[in-house]
Amino acid sequence: MTLTAGRTKAGPDVAVEKWLRMYRRMLTIRLFEEQVTDLYTRAIMPGLAHLYTGEEAVAVGVCEALRPDDYITSTHRGHGHCLAKGASPDRMFAELLGKEAGYCRGKGGSMHIADPSTGNLGANAIVAGSVGIATGAAFSAKRLGNGRVAVCFFGEGALGQGVLYEVMNLAQLFKLPVMYVCENNLYTEYTPYTETTAGDIPARAVAFGIRAETVDGQDVRAVHATAFELVERARKGNGPAFLLCNTYRYGGHHVGDISRDYYRSKEEEKKWMEERDPLKILSGWMAAQNMADAALFDGIESEIKEEIKTAVEFAVSAPYPRPGEVDEDVYA
Amino acid sequence: MPEFAGRELTFAGAIREALAEEMRRDSRVCILGEDVAEAGTPFKVLSGLVEEFGSERVVDTPISEAGFTGLAVGAAMTGLRPVVDIMFGDFITLTMDQMVNQAAKVHYMSGGKWKVPMVLRTTLGASRRSGAQHSQSLHAWFSHIPGLKVVLPSTPYDAKGLLKSAIRDENPVVFFEDKMMYKLKGPVPVEEYTIPLGVADIKRQGDDITIVATSSMVQVALASAEMLDKIGVSAEVIDPRTTWPLDERTLIESAKKTSRAIVVDEGYARYGVTAEIASVIAEGAFHYLDAPVKRIGAMHVPIPFSPPLEDATVPSDRSIFEVASALCGRS
Repeated sequence: MTLTAGRTKAGPDVAVEKWLRMYRRMLTIRLFEEQVTDLYTRAIMPGLAHLYTGEEAVAVGVCEALRPDDYITSTHRGHGHCLAKGASPDRMFAELLGKEAGYCRGKGGSMHIADPSTGNLGANAIVAGSVGIATGAAFSAKRLGNGRVAVCFFGEGALGQGVLYEVMNLAQLFKLPVMYVCENNLYTEYTPYTETTAGDIPARAVAFGIRAETVDGQDVRAVHATAFELVERARKGNGPAFLLCNTYRYGGHHVGDISRDYYRSKEEEKKWMEERDPLKILSGWMAAQNMADAALFDGIESEIKEEIKTAVEFAVSAPYPRPGEVDEDVYA
Repeated sequence: MPEFAGRELTFAGAIREALAEEMRRDSRVCILGEDVAEAGTPFKVLSGLVEEFGSERVVDTPISEAGFTGLAVGAAMTGLRPVVDIMFGDFITLTMDQMVNQAAKVHYMSGGKWKVPMVLRTTLGASRRSGAQHSQSLHAWFSHIPGLKVVLPSTPYDAKGLLKSAIRDENPVVFFEDKMMYKLKGPVPVEEYTIPLGVADIKRQGDDITIVATSSMVQVALASAEMLDKIGVSAEVIDPRTTWPLDERTLIESAKKTSRAIVVDEGYARYGVTAEIASVIAEGAFHYLDAPVKRIGAMHVPIPFSPPLEDATVPSDRSIFEVASALCGRS
């Protein structure tokens, strides 16, 4: 089974294959990010990267509720969203290494992966930078009547940006098929979100008359069930939604943020990893339901490890762009 | 500019006609902005469009410049061709992240995969007694950014032809209209035409000095050329029409011919459009120049309210005449 194939019509009542597919996607993200750390540590990857490890259930649960032609916008912490929407690890690694074979021919890098073939309008390195784009994609979908939905992923740090509230107001006024997915991973860069966020988060959307829900972002089943309902509601023309997913960033703000004692404790990190890990929660539930056993999960892991290994090899050996490409694609 | 028998339109009428023609031609074209529908904007530039095209395509928005400009970026990427109306050029400050970090970079950052075919229409120009936050000419800001194109029409004919090209362009285009020109009348043919972006227009032929002018400064420069004519100085007036792409060749060739050049623009001279164009001419025509290239722009002050103060900040036919005649050794 390939990682991008086999998507079926989403629904809250899903079969074993579907949970396994979500498991594979979450594990793909987890192992992808492990390799990113490795490439950074070995000084093979230029620049930095912001890892999605720990938050996998959000991207996977939401994207499983989407059609291939639905749109997403992503963030600086975007590898998970891109993979969950169907991007291939090999071309993603190539982009992270600045290679010609990358999704953006090396011009975007970790924070700017975009891919029209999977409806990915692009990761965005401005916090809340893509909220207008996602809302505009929903505006097009409504005008063109193509039944598409746009999902806008952002971290809780984006709650500090005024443009988010401007577009939520527009989306509700125009009844646009857009879902704002707020990933609250508890830290706005190096600051606990409670120090930057006043009041109640979903209430901010409710104030515009937008339907808002809160889910456990570590439980992919919970994320998926609510996301599916809100996406289909939007698709039917019933307007935008706001989905708050409570989650946790296992690592630092970026790969280089390794001394985190001044803003959070190792005990806290350990607790989330041991008790609230999205992969463990899903695999534990599936085992308890007799849907899968350890051998099956082990098999999946070695399969994905192999795929990721091949993808890294592809990217490392891929050529850089020609220097002459530097001024191509400034204008269409 | 070609000669046309018959029809004249105002600058505002030419813009309205360009929009109406493009909206009839292409159902993807839509307008977004504050009071663009029934109100037709405070300047009445868009009057009548909502009646023909409906509120689905002429969309009144809240007062949220960043929000609806950002929405337009996403809409442009996904199949529409939005024309955003930013009521006063001063308000572009509120759109800067959407235009500079998003619209201008999407195509490049995606390795050429996504496109942003949108137009942002806004105004520039002082002398309406509107004070410091409704009078600026900030087109240099966008001209600085790779990925954007910037258009500054100076006549009704140019406004119509350039706006049609801007709407058909596959890139984000920023279109600046001097609000003092909306009532200016000029010949506009009934027949379909477009004007390519990046082609300067020689508004007046001359031999002794080149005056490069943009937007409403073209009209001011033409008036100063008449004054210069009376003292025996033949001025050539060139309108680049777009600050990017910039028709460097036409500017340089004219300066080579006349050996003297002045650049006039209503934006601030410091680090502004006049600085860039003067540099292009100085580099390209260095061996032909008999004098340094001079620049005339807005004074480096916030635009004041009081009429005699405001008038002092803007280039005038008299100020251009004085600089030009001095440059030609006539004063």
